Amino acid sequence: MLTAEEILQIEHEISLVPKRKAACIEALKIVQHNRGWISDESLKDVAGIVDMSPAELDSVATFYNLIFRRPVGRHVILLCDSISCWVMGYEEIRDYLFTNLGIQYGQTTEDGRFTLLPNACLGTCDCAPALMIGNDLYRNLTVDQLDEILSKYS
Amino acid sequence: METPLTQHIVAGRKPLSLKEYEQVGGYQSVRKVLKEMTPTEVQNLVKDSNLKGRGGAGFGTGLKWSFVPMGPDAAMPKYLVANADEMEPGTFKDRLLLEGNPHQLLEGMIVAAYAIQANISYVFLRWAYKLAAQEITKAIQEAYDAGYLGKDILGSGYNLEMYLHTGVGRYMCGEETALLNALEGKRAHPRAKPPFPQVSGLFGKPTIVNNVETLCNLPHIVNNGVEWYKGLSKSADTGTKLYGVSGRVKTPGCWELPIGVTIRELLEDYAGGMQDGYLFKGVLPGGASTDFLVEQHLDTPMDYASIQAAGSRLGTGTMIILDDQTCPVGFVHNLQHFFAQESCGFCTPCREGLPWVERLLLAIDQGRGHPEDIQALEFHTKYLGPGNTFCALAPGAMEPLQSALKYFREDFERHIYEHHCPWSKVWQPSI
Repeated sequence: MLTAEEILQIEHEISLVPKRKAACIEALKIVQHNRGWISDESLKDVAGIVDMSPAELDSVATFYNLIFRRPVGRHVILLCDSISCWVMGYEEIRDYLFTNLGIQYGQTTEDGRFTLLPNACLGTCDCAPALMIGNDLYRNLTVDQLDEILSKYS
Repeated sequence: METPLTQHIVAGRKPLSLKEYEQVGGYQSVRKVLKEMTPTEVQNLVKDSNLKGRGGAGFGTGLKWSFVPMGPDAAMPKYLVANADEMEPGTFKDRLLLEGNPHQLLEGMIVAAYAIQANISYVFLRWAYKLAAQEITKAIQEAYDAGYLGKDILGSGYNLEMYLHTGVGRYMCGEETALLNALEGKRAHPRAKPPFPQVSGLFGKPTIVNNVETLCNLPHIVNNGVEWYKGLSKSADTGTKLYGVSGRVKTPGCWELPIGVTIRELLEDYAGGMQDGYLFKGVLPGGASTDFLVEQHLDTPMDYASIQAAGSRLGTGTMIILDDQTCPVGFVHNLQHFFAQESCGFCTPCREGLPWVERLLLAIDQGRGHPEDIQALEFHTKYLGPGNTFCALAPGAMEPLQSALKYFREDFERHIYEHHCPWSKVWQPSI
């Protein structure tokens, strides 16, 4: 069940566009912001509000890389795997995260703290390699910075 | 050397507030166009300036605008969209403008919207640009409060609303018509053209989509005129350009320079040359979807016609350097992995062809390739090339591949005959 506050925020987004459907991505973002991911139940609720069938909304939700249709950890690590980061050796960062978090791409640590995802170009190619955790961007990364960075997120 | 787009951007300092921006002449172009110029006059001024779109395709901005129906019978509302989706690997130029001086973008958007008489505008910003989102949100609010947005702007009778839309991650959103679908709450598939967005775009209404850097040029053209703008350049293309360099160079970065500086100048004078122990092998001059150029092209000016004559595209003007210690097959494989993953899947050649290319390159890179694989790759560069797919994603993906097969063919062959990667740095796809 969506909360009254979520419904209010979604209705506000709907009021800004000519068709209710056009607000569906904004609506998914609102729900994901509050709950971390889009469950089947949330998807059905949002579909009802924006006048779409759940299947139609799911086709939109699954198209975009950053709408999560599976539960994620408290912090999502987006590691840039694009060309400049590869040339600058991002793979060391990746392997360190694999080993030290004990997860592969798409997985969440057992304590629910981190989910690790590869990410297409973070747009900071002059400061490669780079990763993002939540709103925080880390550039010019080296492996020895990682423990300190990860320790900021509980 | 004048650098109008970046003159008020200082690394590590917050962008100018509206008040500070006004003190250095900000929003003067809005006052000028609203008070002294008709929309057609603004269109003609930009056409005369020969400003070309900085998003990659290089189409004349004034000419693009001129296809929008004007006058009282034109469909309403019309829309203006700033394309701030910047997701091409190797490209990071618009981030500088978005984070460094958001009011300049807003000013350019108001000028562009007035020129086509749009009443609704969007900034389509990619998810990853969190700081930019924060600064643009603040700037839009300041512009509303000061009367540069909203109803009856500066008492001119002209109305313009502006919204920030942050995307949810998909390279396709940078394609003009796919971006419109994303704004309509759909999958970001490209649309068939015609009708062109200028006539039937967002919600079926006339729409212009312009790149951030393109829009940021407009206030300066309006304020200083066409002759001044042409004088900024070193080539037939007018104005300045944001150029970037990434890869194994000493000082990677982004600089605003006259259009027409050479690749060598960028590489040596600005990026400081190659890092110690690394040699230059090749360069993608304008992002991941442009053809490689090599040593013989180093003195090519970075303008649209010269780069095209050399066999590539200026694209976004942000270069990615391939060095001698990085495997060209792995390099191209990384690019094809990106394109295969980001293909929207709407048309068969792209959906099926790109993963095939990626698998062939992985096999070659891992030493499992066969001599005929090179022909298969060449086959793909033709059949995923221009005219065979619905949009430009797959043809763009084929540009680095076809040129790598041309310039680094021996390296592909060595992988096949030696059954391993001579650089032993095999790119492992993530999924």
